[in-house]
Amino acid sequence: MEKRVVFRSAWLPYALVAPQIAITLVFFFWPAAQAVWYSFQLQDAFGLKTQFVGLQNFAALFKDSNYLDSFKVTAVFSAAVAVCGIAISLLLATMADRVLRGAMAYKTLLIWPYAVAPAVAGVLWAFMFAPSIGIVTYVLKGMGIDWNWIIKGDQAMLLVVIASVWKQISYNFLFFLAGLQSIPKSLIEAAAIDGAGPLRRFWTIVFPLLSPTTFFLLVVNCVYAFFDTFGVIDATTQGGPAQATNILVYKVYHDGVKAADLGGSSAQSVILMFIVIVLTVAQFRFIERKVQY
Amino acid sequence: MRNKLLAAALASLGLLSTNALAQTEIQWWHSMTGANNDKLNALATKFNASQKNYKVVATYKGQYGESMTAAIAAFRAGNAPHLLQVFEVGTATMMAAKGAIVPVAKVMADAKEPFNPKAYLPTVTGYYTDLKGNMLSFPFNSSTALFYINKGAFKKAGLEPVAPKTWKELNAAAEKLKASGQECVYTTAWPSWLHIENFSAWHNVPIGTKQNGMGGFDTVFTINSPLHVRHIAMLGDMAKKGLFTYAGRTNQGDAKFASGECAMFTGSASALGNIIKTGKVDWSVNFLPYHDDVKGAPQNSIIGGASVWVMGGKKADDYKGVAKFFAFLSRPEIQMEWHTGTGYVPITMASYELTRKSGFYDKNPGLDLPIKQLTNKTPTENSKGLRFGNFVQGRTVIEEELEAVFSGKKEAKAALDEAVKRGNEILRQFEAANK
Repeated sequence: MEKRVVFRSAWLPYALVAPQIAITLVFFFWPAAQAVWYSFQLQDAFGLKTQFVGLQNFAALFKDSNYLDSFKVTAVFSAAVAVCGIAISLLLATMADRVLRGAMAYKTLLIWPYAVAPAVAGVLWAFMFAPSIGIVTYVLKGMGIDWNWIIKGDQAMLLVVIASVWKQISYNFLFFLAGLQSIPKSLIEAAAIDGAGPLRRFWTIVFPLLSPTTFFLLVVNCVYAFFDTFGVIDATTQGGPAQATNILVYKVYHDGVKAADLGGSSAQSVILMFIVIVLTVAQFRFIERKVQY
Repeated sequence: MRNKLLAAALASLGLLSTNALAQTEIQWWHSMTGANNDKLNALATKFNASQKNYKVVATYKGQYGESMTAAIAAFRAGNAPHLLQVFEVGTATMMAAKGAIVPVAKVMADAKEPFNPKAYLPTVTGYYTDLKGNMLSFPFNSSTALFYINKGAFKKAGLEPVAPKTWKELNAAAEKLKASGQECVYTTAWPSWLHIENFSAWHNVPIGTKQNGMGGFDTVFTINSPLHVRHIAMLGDMAKKGLFTYAGRTNQGDAKFASGECAMFTGSASALGNIIKTGKVDWSVNFLPYHDDVKGAPQNSIIGGASVWVMGGKKADDYKGVAKFFAFLSRPEIQMEWHTGTGYVPITMASYELTRKSGFYDKNPGLDLPIKQLTNKTPTENSKGLRFGNFVQGRTVIEEELEAVFSGKKEAKAALDEAVKRGNEILRQFEAANK
């Protein structure tokens, strides 16, 4: 016997998904297609003269050693943001899940940063870590650390990673918390009765059962690090010092919006799009196998 | 009662619309904030009150980069403003957009407004004038780079509180300041504008071929000359010895000097207002230091700031209003008001004279220094300005390479060679896009 609900009408299912498809087409596929189209063109800023240049924009990018360096920077940055973001929020979620009194207050506070815009987050952190006036700088100086991300590339990278991770922790936290709450208490209790300590219970029961959530967050956080972090960078380091924090998406923003070089910027965003597609497919093909639904 | 109200409302609407019909609105997008924004609005209000036919509507559209992006987008959508304030690095981009802009010289000639380009300061207008002498955009707010010292810190180090004139003297003073326990000895704002662009003009060496790009888009950068390398290497050396503290790519150095953290500072003349307002430092403002073994140095410095561009595609009558507005802005008393209220340099010799006679400079020493430095000598091909395509990107490239030197990652020669190579690629792309 057929248990699934089936539409009898031929057109109704399509009509029902049409709004979603329309939104996807207009807001995702249309701009993406435009980016691809612009990436083959050379235009002046005002769009008065347009030439079709084929793959020239791409060739110019791959000839530029600084652009190639920016891949390395992006890889380091994205890995750091995704791994730290997931690890810290998993820790926080596990802790918050165990809190009995005032749990609501903890949870609410942990969710707050999500409401802060990336640029604002960047400014907040930039102030706290500002080389001469920042409060954190002052404390670090007391500890004998010369904090000056304006000229020290490693520190600049650390700053943008911290700001980006902080911004994303709430989101990850929410998902982990929901995941934790859906794990049957009886399983954990049974393990506890069998004599498993908290750490062992976490690694053998909770973590595997959370794996779908973790996997989902891995994909989302990678996409976040690749695309959504330019606000943080723009508000703090603007890609500097030298090239230390010039991640791919910031260069797209700088060249396209600030420098009005549409062709070059579009070519970069097409490359970026391609990377993220490959990365997501790879994640689904190789990592998802380890996920237990 | 209700009817009366309605009637009143209708009447006022009617009044408004007849007003709007009689007056031609001129949209002006700008990037002035704070006190400068107030002064700009005061100019527009004054112009609007001075005549009945035109009304200048000034709108703040974000920082320089943002308002230019907004205007480009508006132009593409077919509703650009009449007037747009564009920063000096956007000059080549605007100039190349022939269908999008109307040269100021043409606007003035078409409207038969009296207009004498010779009345303006050559170092200011040179930046915005083509090789035939036609003014392309209207110079609005211009400043230049100056050298500030903290006299208190000098005295503490046992030095005469007099600014070093040359880089050699500056280094000697820096050593003494450092020895006296001064943590930040020297810092700078706008590294490319200060140490490449103004440095080149001040020493009369080219930044690029073809008269710094003014002679055509087929220009190449020449900022890896021995003198440039020597200067940047010196700064790298100073950074290593703790005599030079890098502050960032824009005006972050201003606060470091104003707060008393740094003893010496090169930055925009516009930093002075803030230094006075903060009131923490016994300052003096001076000409930029130079290398005294360079022949002809010091020459004259170049400007920074913005000019007003006239956008194309508007009605002929609108342009008459624009011409009237420019004529208004050029009046000596109006220029003096803008100059004294904001610290930007006056753009005509007449307004400078007027300000001088008013005794303003006696009460405000240092405010005449920008114009003195800009007119130090008759500008040469190397010192009347620069015009490079996509220079927003070009400056970023230069700044990235300078940072590599200041952080000790690269030698000055290698960094400047790389800046030239990468910069030239940007220039070639601009040339290709604007054939």
